Amino acid sequence: MNIYGIRAIYHFEMARTFRTLWASIAAPVLTTSLYFIVFGKAIGSRMGDIDSISYGAFIIPGLVMLNLLNESISNASFGIYMPRWSGTIYELLSAPISWVEVLMGYVGAAATKSVILGLLILGTARIFVPYEIAHPLWMIAFLLLTAVTFSLFGFIIGLWADNFQKLQVVPMLIVTPLTFLGGAFYSINMLPPLWQKITLFNPVVYLISGFRWSFYGVADVHIGESIGMTFGFLVICLTFVWWVFKTGYKIRN
Amino acid sequence: MTTNNSAPIISVNGVNKRYAGGFQALKDINLDIKRGEIFALLGPNGAGKTTLISIICGIVKATSGTIIADGYDTVRDYRAARAAIGLVPQELHTDSFESVWATLKFSRGLFGKASNAAYLEKVLRDLSLWDKRDSKIMALSGGMKRRVLIAKALAHEPTILFLDEPTAGVDVELRHDMWRMVRELRAQGTTVILTTHYIEEAEDMADRIGVINKGELIVVEDKAVLMRKLGQKQLTLTLRQPMTRIPAELAGWSLALTNDGHALVYSFDSQEEETRIAELLRALSKHGIEFKDLRTSESSLEDIFVSLVHQPKGALS
Repeated sequence: MNIYGIRAIYHFEMARTFRTLWASIAAPVLTTSLYFIVFGKAIGSRMGDIDSISYGAFIIPGLVMLNLLNESISNASFGIYMPRWSGTIYELLSAPISWVEVLMGYVGAAATKSVILGLLILGTARIFVPYEIAHPLWMIAFLLLTAVTFSLFGFIIGLWADNFQKLQVVPMLIVTPLTFLGGAFYSINMLPPLWQKITLFNPVVYLISGFRWSFYGVADVHIGESIGMTFGFLVICLTFVWWVFKTGYKIRN
Repeated sequence: MTTNNSAPIISVNGVNKRYAGGFQALKDINLDIKRGEIFALLGPNGAGKTTLISIICGIVKATSGTIIADGYDTVRDYRAARAAIGLVPQELHTDSFESVWATLKFSRGLFGKASNAAYLEKVLRDLSLWDKRDSKIMALSGGMKRRVLIAKALAHEPTILFLDEPTAGVDVELRHDMWRMVRELRAQGTTVILTTHYIEEAEDMADRIGVINKGELIVVEDKAVLMRKLGQKQLTLTLRQPMTRIPAELAGWSLALTNDGHALVYSFDSQEEETRIAELLRALSKHGIEFKDLRTSESSLEDIFVSLVHQPKGALS
């Protein structure tokens, strides 16, 4: 195994994050703080509890998940798209490194950044809203699993995209709306029965519900379904990436 | 695997490349590169030079055929094969926002080598880049960026170095620096394969020449042999009196009259033992053609290259 190669990619990507600290870390933390101030404090104080949880605390898992999904996708997609765009991918393709190792470098760095950001947001939330974490190990497991899965998804987008617009399309037009409609700010039990059924087709519902369960022990869907859906998406992403590397799709041809 | 110094360091066997659109970029390429030589791959734009290099380096997949680099199959044992190869690409592909030092460290790590600051410092000093080690690549001139690409290619101490049009667009001074460095690398045992549009450089640098045209390798030859075999010599006689046409009695000679009629040009094969120059001069004297000056010239590699890529297929065989 080319450990030095994995480390080189990982450090290269992490260095990019620290070089753009304001955009990578500070901006999402600030934006989320505003959510806590507006929804948690200003509006939340006028709203009733949901499942016996204060509204401010209720939205924490959803907001963390919103950032986790978007950051994982954009970090990984940008990480692999940049060398394709600038042409420096030639070095990656001519190096004695397997695609599993390349993935470990890029996806590992993207997931690390997302997890750091998720933990920072959790720390920031503590300033505004008191909350407890009922199942901390499950919370960490969900955080890691989601970060890795969506970093893989981002990596695929980075391989598929052939311009910067395409890079933004999936996070902005698909993931963010699905997260907003996936119970980030409400329980799906608050929806009319028909919409509750329709909402179950939204995969993000399962991620947010499972993550919220790790905090408060309450969930919109069964925890087993959340774990199953998260693993299912991970398997789909891994299968697609394996196919990409096997065929050289948009890489070696 | 055992290293055999007499075995070719690169062996390309029956390589074909057909792109998805149907374009056949390479046709049955067979080529051996000798260990420690400087090999120049020449060809017009779109001939397939970069495709061949890209396949050897692993950037592009061959449709068929095999390549052995430093004793390893480039597909089956790609790790060992690629570890031996450094590539300087034609285009200035750089990580603009990185520093020179950071990009070099990245390259070395990517190719599976532990950090070695002393070696990287030597590479940067050899390329006159040491003072720029903390500069962002985007702040460097085109020539300096080219040096950075060479430094990156050398960062993992390769035994084979590909230089794809390395002097395209660089100034004369840098070009000379680069060729000095190539000679030094060869002296240290590195095998260098280069493509260039400056044919005089191939003429000056290369031990052997390969010419590729329309995806076919049309000739591979020792440079001196190639120039001897395919080169022509010319004897130019400046006439005392201009002529309007060559006398019919001299029609059997390979003679041409310059446009202004002031000189006769005799072309002869440099390989021939007997050039028949003395016989020609006697014939001219016999027909009362006097000359006031004479000089000989030899075709350059460029002349040979142009004639090779323009002659009909199969003419060499």
